[in-house]
Amino acid sequence: MVENNRWGNLFAHLVLILGVTIVVFPVYVALIASTHPPGTFVRGVMPLWPGTHGWENYTTVITEGRSRAGTPPIGGMLWNSFVMAMAITIGKLSISILSAFAIVYFKFPFRIFFFWVIFLTLMLPVEVRIVPTFQVVANLGMLNSFAGLSIPLIASATATFLFRQFFMTVPEELMEAARVDGAGPMKFFKDILLPLSITNIAALFVIMFIYGWNQYLWPLLITTDPEYYTIVMGIQRMVTGGDSEPLWHLVMATVVLAALPPVLVILFMQRLFVKGLTETEK
Amino acid sequence: MATITMDDLHKVYQGNVQAVTGISLDIADGEMIVLVGPSGCGKSTLLRMVAGLETITSGTLKIGERVVNNLEPADRDIAMVFQNYALYPHMTVYNNLAYGLRNRRFPKAEIERRVREAAEMLEIAPFLDRKPRQLSGGQRQRVAMGRALVREPAAFLFDEPLSNLDAKLRVQMRVEIRQLQRRLGTTSLYVTHDQLEALTMADRLVVLNGGVIEQVGTPMDVYNRPASVFVAGFIGSPAMNMIPLDYLREGGHGAVLGGVPSGTDLVGVRPDEFTLEPAPEGDGLVLEGMLALLEPAGAESHLYVQIEGRAQPIVARTGGVPKLLEGAPITLHAAPGAMHPFDAASGRRTG
Repeated sequence: MVENNRWGNLFAHLVLILGVTIVVFPVYVALIASTHPPGTFVRGVMPLWPGTHGWENYTTVITEGRSRAGTPPIGGMLWNSFVMAMAITIGKLSISILSAFAIVYFKFPFRIFFFWVIFLTLMLPVEVRIVPTFQVVANLGMLNSFAGLSIPLIASATATFLFRQFFMTVPEELMEAARVDGAGPMKFFKDILLPLSITNIAALFVIMFIYGWNQYLWPLLITTDPEYYTIVMGIQRMVTGGDSEPLWHLVMATVVLAALPPVLVILFMQRLFVKGLTETEK
Repeated sequence: MATITMDDLHKVYQGNVQAVTGISLDIADGEMIVLVGPSGCGKSTLLRMVAGLETITSGTLKIGERVVNNLEPADRDIAMVFQNYALYPHMTVYNNLAYGLRNRRFPKAEIERRVREAAEMLEIAPFLDRKPRQLSGGQRQRVAMGRALVREPAAFLFDEPLSNLDAKLRVQMRVEIRQLQRRLGTTSLYVTHDQLEALTMADRLVVLNGGVIEQVGTPMDVYNRPASVFVAGFIGSPAMNMIPLDYLREGGHGAVLGGVPSGTDLVGVRPDEFTLEPAPEGDGLVLEGMLALLEPAGAESHLYVQIEGRAQPIVARTGGVPKLLEGAPITLHAAPGAMHPFDAASGRRTG
């Protein structure tokens, strides 16, 4: 801020508060709705203050689920989502950092060509290739399995590209110094490149985890066994499943619980990458 | 400790770019050789070829008695100090120094001993637990030196290690590196584009230009008897004045011009060899002109003298600040021995 103008400050704060309110409001509604008894929501008047059934709703969701509509208790679904998101995140990170390492630090025929091939896959979202991917996964017998849930989503052009850009900013002399110091390529990768990339890894971890956690279409297609339902598709089933009105209070409780793990991941990783920012220097 | 022998080294980059063309040089054990030349003369390429960071297109490179053409840098028993230091930013100073030794599986106690010893020698012992970014430029430079020291290698390779420092630190580190090298007696190859650094640090100086050696010799040899017009212009500041012989003949500027070796058509005179008074041993050269600019530089002054018929002013150096006015006529004298005869066509010295 160049100057401390009182009215300017006030105006800026008003705009920011308005923005935050707009963003937070739906989350607030979900939180409120999850504390009311069944029926409140359907009556048409949406309450803005917490109700009294919070405890009851959450215990129902966690212990019973909504068995009539075919949704199991959410503990299992949360676990499935977590395993899938972690598998996708770790898989994406390790594959992309290694391929970026190969592209930046090794000379092999068609190096640039391979880079562009990887880069081109950025242009193809999951939805475009979903039918052939389904076919392949089905043929490999990976329907209803964690492998099927995660492996097709592991390749990541974005992360490869970001790591490549980062590696290109690492001074070449570091690699040369390591060579003189007797470190082979993998030792250089492990001892020098990896610690320097910690900040990038933390940032990508957050993005990739949320990407994995929020997968909807893919799990919906390849899992038919409730044992492999993920939380996001679980919510969808809660809304549409069964003959009765959706039990909004339970849906909202599930939504709130489903949003928790990504929030925790962000909080944890934030500490890590702030630490990374203050401790390393290129 | 080892000798380094280069025999007809060539480096050709993709697209037939010749970076180094046929360099042969014998470096004695314990000698400090400085490679000096303008940007793009191949000096860094040559150093990196010795280090093993660039492949050798043809020729033989020996460190000690071993041909090392195809060895990895780590197996050549050399240590290198980089221009930007190339310290590992996430490691403490201690680990920076120890990393190379750990990779070579030295016992822990030996690593500890060597790191402490190097740190004492370089006065960086108090910083062993810090990260490089918490150090000043000069301290980082010392750490980079330390990383080379702990290896106790056969040869040190320096790639313009002082060019990132400010002028004052540069002088200080220059002296320290020289003292350290003398004390350890380790064969060293030092690359710089700074002619003053080259003159002050070298046992022998190698002036490179366009991928070939222009001259090899002790600093004073090179300064007093430059082997070519290029060396004459590159070593010494301000640069040597070059005056065509024909111009001097026409003007009748001196008695001894008849004495120059045959083939000479260019005469060089160093700025500090000009005097304002006639030389005691008799004038070799007398130039009359007008003082275009007087540049006082503390202990010395640079005089830019415009002489008739030459666009390029003659530069002379005197001690102190002479009481002269800009625009006034001035006469410069040089002794016969001060003249360096060259052949302009080949660029070589004629005698």
